[in-house]
This record gives sequence, C-alpha cells and structure tokens, in this order.
Amino acid sequence: MAKKLSTSSRKTKSVPAQAAAEPAPEALVWRRKDLLGLDELSPAEITHILDTAETFKEVSTRSIKKVPALRGKVVALMFFEDSTRTRMSFELAASRLSADTLLFTSKGSSVTKGETTLDTARNVAAMGVDIFVIRHGQSGAPHLLASNLQASVVNAGDGSHEHPTQGLLDIFTMRQRLGGIEGLKVALVGDIAHSRVARSNILGLTKLGAQVTVVGPPTLVPAAIASMGCTVCTSLDEVLGEVDVINMLRIQFERFGGGLFPSLREYSRLYGMNGQRLKRCKKDVLIMHPGPINRGVEITSDVADGPNSCILQQVTNGLAIRMAVLYLVSQGNE
Amino acid sequence: MNDILIRNGRVIDPANGLDEVTDVAITAGKIVRVGPCRAAAKQIIDADGQIVAPGLIDLHVHCREPGHEEEETIASAAGAAVAGGFTTVLAMPNTHPPADDERAINYVLQRAGEADLARVLPVGCITKDRAGKELAEMGMMAAAGAVAFSDDGDGVASSLVMQRALQYAGNLGIPLMQHCQDPELMAGVMNSGPVAVRLGLGGIAASGEQIMLRRDLELVARTQGAYHVQHISTSGSANLLRAAKADGLAVSGEVTCHHLLLTDAACAGYDSKYKVSPPLRTASDVEALRRAVADGTIDCLATDHAPHSKEEKELEFGLAPFGIIALDCALGLFIKALVETGLCDWPTLIERMTAGPARVIGRPLGTLATGALADVTIIDPAANWTVDTNTFVSLSRNCPYHGWKLTGRATTTIVGGKVKYRLVDK
Repeated sequence: MAKKLSTSSRKTKSVPAQAAAEPAPEALVWRRKDLLGLDELSPAEITHILDTAETFKEVSTRSIKKVPALRGKVVALMFFEDSTRTRMSFELAASRLSADTLLFTSKGSSVTKGETTLDTARNVAAMGVDIFVIRHGQSGAPHLLASNLQASVVNAGDGSHEHPTQGLLDIFTMRQRLGGIEGLKVALVGDIAHSRVARSNILGLTKLGAQVTVVGPPTLVPAAIASMGCTVCTSLDEVLGEVDVINMLRIQFERFGGGLFPSLREYSRLYGMNGQRLKRCKKDVLIMHPGPINRGVEITSDVADGPNSCILQQVTNGLAIRMAVLYLVSQGNE
Repeated sequence: MNDILIRNGRVIDPANGLDEVTDVAITAGKIVRVGPCRAAAKQIIDADGQIVAPGLIDLHVHCREPGHEEEETIASAAGAAVAGGFTTVLAMPNTHPPADDERAINYVLQRAGEADLARVLPVGCITKDRAGKELAEMGMMAAAGAVAFSDDGDGVASSLVMQRALQYAGNLGIPLMQHCQDPELMAGVMNSGPVAVRLGLGGIAASGEQIMLRRDLELVARTQGAYHVQHISTSGSANLLRAAKADGLAVSGEVTCHHLLLTDAACAGYDSKYKVSPPLRTASDVEALRRAVADGTIDCLATDHAPHSKEEKELEFGLAPFGIIALDCALGLFIKALVETGLCDWPTLIERMTAGPARVIGRPLGTLATGALADVTIIDPAANWTVDTNTFVSLSRNCPYHGWKLTGRATTTIVGGKVKYRLVDK
C-alpha cells in the first residue's frame, strides 16, 4: 500500500475536484477494489476514508447535493437481509455521486426460488454493474462475491462478521465530537457475540489507538474476543465513569433466538443505559447506538434523545462515509 | 510360475516386524513368498529404491452412492483409492438412503465387486435411518458383510442407545465407530476460538467432541464393546484415548490428514474447502495429534474422504456442506505430516495405514505374511509431485491441497494379486 497519511490530513489527491479544495502533502493512493472489513485495512487507510468522508460531507450542505464522481457507473444494492437505514444511506450516497442504482431484496426474488447468492450476483453483474453493495445474513458472503466478480464489492453487513461502514461512521462521529481517536476509552455494550458492528468498531478503534472495552453478559461476550485487542468486562457499572464513549449495541435476537440471558427485564436492569447510569458517567460522555434502537431495553428515551447522544448524527455521517467508500473502491478498481 | 514378482524393494511389513530389501512373490491372489526369489514370474516389477508395503487401508471413506452419484460412486471412490495406494476402504453408511439394513450392505458389496478395483467394505448404521433412536439390524448387516457400524456425520447422542449399541455390536464382535460431537454443542461451522470470533462464524468447541468421547469411554468400560473413535481432532481427545488404553479398554482411534496438517487459521478467507467436520483445530492440537500417532495412541490414519459438488461448496461458508476429499493424495500428505517432521519412521507410518486399521476391523488384511491376500502398495518415497485435482479419479474436487508440493506417492497398487494401478501407465 502507499505512503502513510497523517490523521490530520483532510484533503487527498484521490478526492474529486468538485469536492476537494487542495491536495494533502502525503496523499495515500487507494488501491483496494473492495471494502470487505476493517480487519484488512491499515490505520492510514481507515484515516484516508474518514478524511475523504470529510470532503464529501460538504456535498450534503449544497443546494444541489450531487457530484459527478460516479457518473455512468452502476451500483447494485444487494440486500439479502432486512435493512432500512443502511440501504437508504447507500442508495442516497450512490445517488449523490451520480451513479445509477439497482436495488435487490431477497424477498420475492430468484433467491426464494433456490438461486444461490453467487449465481444471483453473477446474473446482476452481467447487467454491467460496477459496484456491489451487499448485506447478507451469512458471514463471509461479500468475500465470496469479491473473489468471484470483477466488480467492486462493499460489505454492508455480513452475518456476525463486520459492518465496516457502520464502524467507520461510528469512528468518524467520535473523531468529529471528541477531536481524535488516539487515547479514547470506548465501551461497546451488549450483544458482542452476534454484533458485526462490535467487530468493526473494535478493529477500527484499536488500529487508531483507542482503548476498547466490551461489556455484556458472558453468554453474549465470547472470551476469545480479547484476542482482537480489547478488554472484556461483565459489569456495565464498573466502566461507566472511566469511558469517553459508550456505544450501546442492539440485541440480535434474530441470530440466536433467545436463551442466552434470563429475561429482557434482567438484561435492561444490568446492561441498559438510563438516566441514573448517565449521571455516573463523565459529563461529556458520548452515547452512541447503531440502531435500530430497542427503546427501554438497551437504552432509555431520555438518554437516546438527550444531549450526550449522537445517534442521529451517526446517521447523517453515514452518508458521507458511504459516499467516500463508494468513490474509493471505484477508484481502486480502475 | 509366480503371477507377479516384486524385486529388490524395501519390504516393510509391520505386522511381522519386517523391514529389509528383498522380493515378494504373488500367485493366485496370495502372497507366496517374501524373501529372495529366483523363480520365474509372468510379471516382474522392479521395486529398486521403492518401498513394498501391505496394501493401505482407509477406514473412513464416503462413496456417496446411493444418493449422490454426481459427487462420487462406489466405483469412482474405489478408483481414487487405488490411485492413492489404498487397497481397502470402508464405505460410510450416511448415504441416501442410509445403509441401515442388509439390502444396503449387499448393494455396496455388489457395486464394489462390479468396479473390481479397491476392496470396498461396507459399514452399517448404528441406528435406523441414522436417527439415533432405535438400533439398526446389526446382526443381519454383519451377516451380510458389514465390517463395522457407525452413524458417521452425527454422533449417537442418547447414552442409552449408545450403551445398547455397544452391548449388541460387542456380542457380534463388530466394532462401533463413533463420530464424537455432542449435537447441542456443535451449532457452529468451524473451530471455536479467536479465528471464529474474528470471522463472526459460529464455533464448534473442542469440548463437544471430548464430552461425547468421555461418555462413550464410560460406556465401553461397562459393556466391553469394541469402540473406535473417528477423526479425532483435539489434543484432549487424544489424551482421553491414551488414558482409556492405559486402563485396558478395547478402544482405538483414527485421525485424518486434515487434522494433522491444517489449522483453523485456514478458514480466514471463508474458503469452504476448509470446512470440515470435526473442524480444523489449533496448531497445538495438530502437534498433539501427530505425537499421538507416533506413540501409538492413535491407531489409524484415515482420509474422511467426503466428496461434494462444486455447486454445493460454492455457497457461503456457513451454508456450504462439511467435507474434504483426499483419497488420491492422502499418502503424500501423511508422509508430510509424520515422516518429514521426523515424528514417525516409515515402518510406523505404514503400520498406521495397514496393520493398525486391519486390527480395528478384525480382518486378515494389512500384512504381507505368506498366505495372506496379495494386497500390496509400492511407494516411491522420493517422488516429488504436485497435487493437481484435475487429475483426480474422484468425481469431486473439494480438495484444499491443490497445488501442494509433496514427496512420496504410490506407484503400484495390487489388489488380490492383480495390478489395479500403475503410475507409469499414466
């Protein structure tokens, strides 16, 4: 990969002229065809995506919110699993880059007739698609496509593996609100075992120098997660006063069906974020949630809608991150 | 006049403690002499610089017939076997329908006879329809020619059913072969551990194998049935087997080439060719299993040859079926794992592939003793070759060893006194 990029650099050579003001002195040349996860990215590459997103963020403030960066390109949004914000965010991001979009949802599709993921993608690819954005319930599904298709593949969430753009937008939001990532203390709370958001957060944050603690009941926190560079804690109350960011994760009932903790009532009591707990946190602690929120379970409304929360800001930033990712993988595949 | 005279080979017959350069004469399908021989022969095979061993035996092969003949047939498996140096293979019963009655056993023997390549010996199910509930008709299957019983693919979860199976099969003098995996603890798709956590894939814990093995060993002690644990994958299982043997139990075990060569790190790219059951474990497991083969704790080397179509394996890792094929190339893989590492000498390796498995099934195979069936494998220990799945006789290609450079391979495979494979013929 190319030269290292400083975290403070916000403009790069690879950003389109319409969005960039001036090139950074040490621009990283993006060479990746796909974005499958933060695991494969260097700190410089993560920073490069964040910096590119900074420039795209400005596009959304214009009266005509569009740049021609992907004009003539086709982005296929392949959603084999339900999604609202990620799908709409990618669709709008592609649209703001002037790409044509194809939307695929598995409901009512050839998949219900027994067609495999790869065959479905091969058929869509034959229509001249440049970028596949794939959301899938199976970990590794984007890797299967990436190794079999010429087109770029962007992982929009695969099973319990990674959700790289969510991780990036979370990190982007932390950097925006707190000024930097290095040295930050971040708690990820809840269903770590089944959370792709947790993995992308752990990987991205630790690469950029943050200290990550995962918190949850032992049945939802695999012991081996510590091998990813985070610390493990089973008590939310123990970490409250120490951390700068608390990222509350959704319980992924659809992945395990139940039985991993005694009741929602107990879970909420032990691991839910509420006003009482917020009082014991640092005053400017940042409260995050990737959504969709189970209000009253993972987080109470007073916290979710309060001044420490940046939940809607995360959604806004997601658009810029996804514009940056689509733009970069397109460049990397040329 | 002898039918075949194999001259000047390094004859290794572990069953008889033999390791010397000499000749082997074959007549009427039997070994008639091991020693210097000047008698005439219809066919003379010069084995100078090569190893002459009893025919290799693989206790664990999936022939897929009936039910999935597009993946493998009894004939194609038998062809792959002789190409890999195996003269005898055991056909697992998890076919469609499962081999759980005498008719199915007769079918396997009939198809194997028609193929007339390697010996394909049928294994019958432990339970009807492999459902783990009721004992299959073991007595009639044994009479028809079943050499062992297994519900391979699944372990027998019920302790009561397993106890009865051990009692019943023990009375018949036929071993039970168990696929040790507690079904409730194997909800995952790869080894439980840091790699699975990072990949977001469900893990299969080592304890799931060891819990069932530990239970079975208790039952073996109570019933005195003959018990064989299939495809051991963890160091803990090897330790349990070692302790059971020390206690004098009639137990044996096998390990596959995959579990001696690959670790769960191979799954990192979500390549389903590395998805196997039991799963690939850690480097320390691999090391422990190699040592367990060397010290005799593990009696046999097996392939667990499990063919699958390209279409099936081209699915997401979580959805693709478990299984790796290796019949065509297994000998070279075992040499790499055990001889090249210095853990086993040639006689030990050959013992684990001949006399060891023959002892498990109690059949007069795996030896070059005078009067024995003339099943012989001639091995060039110095042959350097590259695994090319395009040349496999097996109908499937789900083999992660494609492109591997190996040393040592079978050059001639003789079954019942007839040459069934010669490398030079290719």
